[in-house]
Formats: sequence, structure tokens, C-alpha cells
Amino acid sequence: MRDFDYARAGSRSDATARAGAGAQIIAGGTNLLDLMKLEVMAPEAVVDITRLDLHEISVVEGGGLRIGALVTNSDLAAHDVVRRDYALLSRALLSGATGQLRNKATTGGNLLQRTRCFYFYDTAMPCNKRDPGSGCHARDGFNRILAVLGTSDHCIATHPSDMAVALMALGASVEIEDAAGDVRQMPLNDFYRLPGDTPHIETVLEQGDLITAVLLPKPVAGRQIYRKVRDRSSYAFALVSVAAVVRMEDGKIASAALAFGGLAPKPWRNAKVESALTGKVPSDDLFGQAADILLADAVGFGANDFKIPLARRTLRAVLRQATEATQ
Amino acid sequence: MTLKTTLKINGKDRTLDADPRTSLLDALRNHLDLKGTKKGCDHGQCGACTVIVNGRRINACLTLACMHDGDEVTTIEGLGTPEQMSALQDAFVRHDGFQCGYCTAGQICSATAMLDEAKAGWPSHVSASLGDDVSLTDEEISERMSGNLCRCSAYPGIVNAIRDVARGGAR
Repeated sequence: MRDFDYARAGSRSDATARAGAGAQIIAGGTNLLDLMKLEVMAPEAVVDITRLDLHEISVVEGGGLRIGALVTNSDLAAHDVVRRDYALLSRALLSGATGQLRNKATTGGNLLQRTRCFYFYDTAMPCNKRDPGSGCHARDGFNRILAVLGTSDHCIATHPSDMAVALMALGASVEIEDAAGDVRQMPLNDFYRLPGDTPHIETVLEQGDLITAVLLPKPVAGRQIYRKVRDRSSYAFALVSVAAVVRMEDGKIASAALAFGGLAPKPWRNAKVESALTGKVPSDDLFGQAADILLADAVGFGANDFKIPLARRTLRAVLRQATEATQ
Repeated sequence: MTLKTTLKINGKDRTLDADPRTSLLDALRNHLDLKGTKKGCDHGQCGACTVIVNGRRINACLTLACMHDGDEVTTIEGLGTPEQMSALQDAFVRHDGFQCGYCTAGQICSATAMLDEAKAGWPSHVSASLGDDVSLTDEEISERMSGNLCRCSAYPGIVNAIRDVARGGAR
């Protein structure tokens, strides 16, 4: 690990003031320290925000939930209101990592975790995300775990989070405080950027920005499902995952919110898929049409071609389960 | 640059003055001579370094010692002694929950905190419902312990030992 200056932030403004060029904020550290040991990341300064007052989960007036950026994945998954009203989020969190990691990993950090692309991790390999302009060997290499949607010539990495996929389907927003002390909110969908020709820039965060909370809207009615397909049944990243909130009314799909993991550089949501389902009587044909829309632009790179039919089958299975008359 | 950090380890205040890069794991083993906690992968994948910090199990390799100033750390040395073993330590011996023993300290620290998580009603990925009623079936134990690898594959003995203690088995 390269040497760095360590500072413990005493306040949010102290944190944002210190989080300038060359500095990296640390919270749980479960991904950052791993990457620093491998020298994939080598910040000159590390700003410890773990003592800041961002550990609370609170019910917002008028409904909805405010999740402090430092709430651990364990505490979030086990929270009574989350288990009752946002079961999808508990399920997604519990499907990821291990007990030890969930006890450390935070809400803000989970959003910002880096891809597990083998080429990003291997400093002997070129990687446009780690070393902009150096090239991408994943496209013609070991790309079984990588993306089929939203990729570019420069990068085909996937976003690894389960939590973020659930948050996307639940319509979450991110709250950010900047170095001037101004606070802004944005939908999670606008928070992430696609790789384009700058795959090293993954979010809209600017230097000095600090994620302070994740906000969930009022719980929506409907059946919530998180289905994750992976190479082993525990402690593995998703090859494909589907988060769904589906509400039925009079035998028709009244609303459907769907988000997908393992397929793209960001948690993936496509409004066209949802509108194709809305107001329709559920059937295998309809689910197939939804999958056609989702995967219309999907491109495999050889070893990950299987993700396209796997995503189709997983979506159909989730929609079948979500629209069954009774469970 | 070095940083002074005080940790309450197994009930005693211990202070180290170390490079900020020092992981909690290296602090325990190399600065404080507590060799019970083991270094396996050093990347949070194997669980050999599991310790309990402020009541929660974590990977000591994936955190910096300096971030834990003032925290309470329990290591395998704090759970029991050869003369007076904890219920889980005793159960691991009785059920042959190891072969080479390298992962054992991490397994036992992890299981100790895992039983508390189950008692607090935390669900897991394999729980049928998200309610508070946790029943530690073998499937639940395996899922909740998936952060601890055993290369000798002593898993049946490990699960037997944990199940025994979870059900209040005799010491």
C-alpha cells in the first residue's frame, strides 16, 4: 500500500474541505482498502468520516425513509421499517457479501464501490477505468462477469452492487453536500454515469462532494422481489439480478418498477420495459415482450453472451412470481 | 508519519504508535503480540482474521487500526482460555470443527457474533420471512458463516459445533 496522510473529519464541512484532489473519503473501507493494498487506488490523503453523525435511519414526515450515509449494510437490512415496507432492499443487502463485510460496509460506500472487473484489479493489465487511455483488454478477454448493456468501446465493466439495484427499483434519491455546504438531491438513476470515453468517472460527484444520505419515497404498494443469479449460492456477485416492485389490480399489472444488476455499468432501469407491462394482463408472451425491450440493444463479448438469455429467463421468472394470484 | 491509537482489547487498554497503513489485523499480530487472529487472504475473502469490534464481527484485515481509536475489540484470546473455553470453543473441539486449525480462531469469533445477530432477530439471505423469528437450521448456519472459509473443508464439524451451541447444547 502506498503511503498516505490520514485525517479524521470532525464535521461534514471538515470532510468536504479535505476531500480535494488526491484525497479519498473512507467509511467502511471494505472495497477501498482492498484496492489500496493492490495499488489499484493510491490516494495521497485518506479522510475518515466514520465519526460523523450520519448513522441514523429516520422516517421522513409524510412517509419515506432517510438513510444516513454511514448506516451499515447490516443495520439497514435488519431495520424494522426496511424489512416491513422495503423488503426488496433487505433482500438485496442480505444477498450480498458476508456478515463481516455487511457489518462494515456503509450505504454511501456501497453506492460508490468499484467494479470487480479482473482487468481493473490487475495492475499489470491496461484498463481505461484505472488508467485512462491505456486500453481495455476485457472486450476480447475474460469477460464472463462483464456487461452487455450500456457499455462503450472503452469499458464493459459492471457495477457490482445489489443494494443499488434495489434502491433503483424503489425510486431512491441521493443527498450530497458540497464543499460550499450546499446540499442537493438527485434520483439515483441520475447519480451514475455510463462509461462513454471516460469510464474512470462513474458518478456525477465532484471533488469535495460528500454523500450524506439516501432517501426513499413513501413505500409503494405491490409485491417486492429481488432475484439474484450467481455462480455459487453465497458470497458471490450477481451474474444477473432483478429487483421488482409489481402491483396488481383486477388481474392486470397496475404498476411495475424494475431494475437490473450484473448487466450494465450502472444499476439498470428502463422505463420502456415498465410501460410495456403497465395495464396489461400478465402472460408469458407479455413477459417475453418486456425482455425483448430490455435486451434490444444488448451486446455480448463472447464469454458473457450467456447473460442475455439468462437475463430474459430471470426477468420472466420474476414477473411470473410477482403476478401470481396468491402466494 | 505514525499515529497513536488506543484500543480496548479483551477488556484492556492497549496503545500502539504505528503507520496509518497498519491494518487492525497487523496491529493485533505485529504490534500487540496477539497471534491468535490469523492472516489468510488479507483481502476480506477468507474470514481467518475475523474479530469482534464493538459487538460486531468484522474482517480485521480490511480496516485500519487508526480508525478504531477507543473501540472495543474482542479476539479469540478474549473469548476463552485453554482451561476455561467458551461454549463454542468447547463445541469445536468436541465436534472436530477443524483440521489444520488455521481458520478456527476466525470461525469461532465469527460464530460468536453470528449467534448474537440471530438472537437479535436479524434475517439472512435464506430466511423464508424477514420476521424476527430466526431458527438456526443448518442452511441458516452455512449462509451466515459464508464469510469464513475452511480449506480443510471441516464444514460438517463446524456446523455441528455451532448448531450444538445455538440449541444450548451441553458443554
